[in-house]
Amino acid sequence: MTDHGGVDLSLIDPIFEQYREQPGKLIPILQKTQATYGWLPGEALELIADRLDTALSKVYGVATFYSQFYLEPRGKHELYLCDGTACHVKGTSRLAKAVRDEFGISPGDTTSDGELTLELVYCMGSCALAPVAVLDGEVMGRMEPGKLTRRIKKRLATAKETETAA
Amino acid sequence: MASLDTAALDARTEQAQKRWQERKQADLYVTVGMATCGLAAGAKETLAAIKEEIEKRNLDAMISPVGCVGMCSYEPMIELQAPGRPRVNYGDAVAKNVPEIFASYFDDASLESSVVVGQVEPTTITRNGYVLQSLSFVDPETQEKISFHEKQLRIVLSNCGLIGPESIDDYLALDGYQALEMVLGEMAPEDVIEEVLDSKLRGRGGAGFPTGLKWRFARQTESWPKYVICNADEGDPGAFMDRSVLEGDPHSVVEGMVIGAYAIGAQQGYIYCRAEYPLAIRRLNIALEQARETGLLGEDILGSGFDFDILIKEGAGAFVCGEETALMASIQGERGQPWPRPPYPAVSGLWGQPSNINNVKSYAYVPRIMRMGADWFRGIGTEGSPGTAVFALTGMVNRTGLIEVPMGITLREIVYDVGGGIQGDGKFKAVQTGGPLGGCLPEEHLDTPVDFDSLTEAGSVMGSGGMIVADDSTCMVEFARYFTQFVCDESCGKCPPCRVGSTRMLEILKRITDGDGELEDIDEIRRIAKGMENGSLCALGQLAPSPVLSTLMHFEDEYRAHIVDKTCPAKTCLNLLTYTIDPEACTGCGVCARECPVDAITGERREPHYIDQDLCIHCGTCYEVCKFDAVIAE
Repeated sequence: MTDHGGVDLSLIDPIFEQYREQPGKLIPILQKTQATYGWLPGEALELIADRLDTALSKVYGVATFYSQFYLEPRGKHELYLCDGTACHVKGTSRLAKAVRDEFGISPGDTTSDGELTLELVYCMGSCALAPVAVLDGEVMGRMEPGKLTRRIKKRLATAKETETAA
Repeated sequence: MASLDTAALDARTEQAQKRWQERKQADLYVTVGMATCGLAAGAKETLAAIKEEIEKRNLDAMISPVGCVGMCSYEPMIELQAPGRPRVNYGDAVAKNVPEIFASYFDDASLESSVVVGQVEPTTITRNGYVLQSLSFVDPETQEKISFHEKQLRIVLSNCGLIGPESIDDYLALDGYQALEMVLGEMAPEDVIEEVLDSKLRGRGGAGFPTGLKWRFARQTESWPKYVICNADEGDPGAFMDRSVLEGDPHSVVEGMVIGAYAIGAQQGYIYCRAEYPLAIRRLNIALEQARETGLLGEDILGSGFDFDILIKEGAGAFVCGEETALMASIQGERGQPWPRPPYPAVSGLWGQPSNINNVKSYAYVPRIMRMGADWFRGIGTEGSPGTAVFALTGMVNRTGLIEVPMGITLREIVYDVGGGIQGDGKFKAVQTGGPLGGCLPEEHLDTPVDFDSLTEAGSVMGSGGMIVADDSTCMVEFARYFTQFVCDESCGKCPPCRVGSTRMLEILKRITDGDGELEDIDEIRRIAKGMENGSLCALGQLAPSPVLSTLMHFEDEYRAHIVDKTCPAKTCLNLLTYTIDPEACTGCGVCARECPVDAITGERREPHYIDQDLCIHCGTCYEVCKFDAVIAE
């Protein structure tokens, strides 16, 4: 596992503390760790294995089994496109194509500037509003290709402005 | 806060009921549908606009965010109620339409962009001194139930859209936790199991196993500790029944679980909810916290000496974790891979201890059955499948949404009466239930009654509640390929029949939809399916061939058209379509030529364009971008 630089492992301490008593704590610890770093750095997995007194292979096995865990850094902004039955029928592929044309990324990819990650998921449970896109946790129903790329561009620009101002 | 004994709970309930009545005296009482679907349609902005409007009109108003009414196509939805005026529910209530809705309600102005969904007339059923109230709408003119609600009977969904899901007082006001009080105060655990057995409630996760029997097995196993688990890992694409219950009425699930725990003798419960449902998890957490503060969870519940608490376990994105043994493996912090049964969870489940797993809806039925009586529940639906069925009705029907109907209703009634028939000029083709592990039924089976046994007999399944209606624009081979792709992605990989079988099956289906299929492929599909059904470890692999086999059973001619004639009758499989431009309709705008990824389209500006068939890669882009319907796909 390569060093991705500057991982502050002390941030995991409070997570261990929180789940100390809980049985079956590996998955919640991984979830919290990912929420802290945005992904699961190799050093963090090693530390977790060490602290839980379990094999690194077991931690790695769990981390790679579930689709929600990421072993690579993610973009600052995350876009999920729903490809459940209803959305699939109502044109998720057109939304994916619009994102690819505009930002050059396919599902699973992150833009080279580390700004945006695109993921395709099965069903967000909002089928009557198909097709559904979720940008940074905000659910957007009845999406259209042009509307989607405009919303993304606006989100990226606003975030950058806030950053510069700060 | 000290935990409540029964007298204190009764006092709090009385107060909650008083407050529930008081809202009628407010200048205005507003509810806003704020489940995930409402929020996706803009309910948050609607709420802000409502507050603005209330201020403008200087009203002393009460606003309550509620769960999902089930009529998703009208979202966002709001309900207004003022003294001396009817309760009216409005659809398409996006923020900019709020002023016109208020003007319509108070000043009788006409509506331009929003619609009246109906006048609200809650349906009430009274029994044993308890009331079951549920939301329903009538036509303001005729005062008859609107057709969407006419054939519905809401039991599990009764509170959804009616009460504030983040308010325990709203739940208490409608007889919430009364069943728990009665169970703890008056019934032995065996009596509770007897009552559930007597109701003939069958598990709503899809398999339909008698819930009371499950509880009895878990009680009879002599080993401690024991666990109760709620399976809220609703993973089927096209299904959102459990999400709506959790987002609209989380306390009913909590109450059902506490009753179940008391019956089997468990002290710890888990709710395993998929992480894709953040709002459901948030509302569950609020409900658990409120229940703890009120003494309905934790130590010495209602002074009965019974201890029980619930922990939420968030899934991490694996469809297979909806399978009970995989779910337990996941709670234990392991890879979510199933283990062989027997032993069944009731004997050896979570951490090797007796465990009872039920679906969200199964638990939500329990408080209602305890209040209204097993005989009442048994009197609804059919003899073999009493009660109601909850479906997420989606696809090509006019009214998509979340519905609850008595068992025994026919598929035809659901599609045409509740769903309002097929959209546009489409023709009904099939109704699919059970998602990627289910099957479909064509027109000749439309009069099949909806219950566990009849659907199985007809070659489909009840499933957990996904119902997708397909019309003649849906290609059944592509439909099967889609579900097989899903299973292939989600197979956990532990047993080869599922892992390898789904991969091989997908290869064949891709070949057929690409136009490279051969007649032998049909036999090969059947052979692989048999291997998967017989050899797979869990239901995922055993049922994965069902969408393929049932489409093959009812639509074999469509498979043959793809294989022999190299055509797709539904005009869905891109590779089998030829695109041409109708010179009459083409205006020569040039959009298709610009969008074509391989520059196969040529033509002078303002002159009809032409597609070079040797260059065309059948991507369908020209067909999609043409505003004049000049591109013909055949």
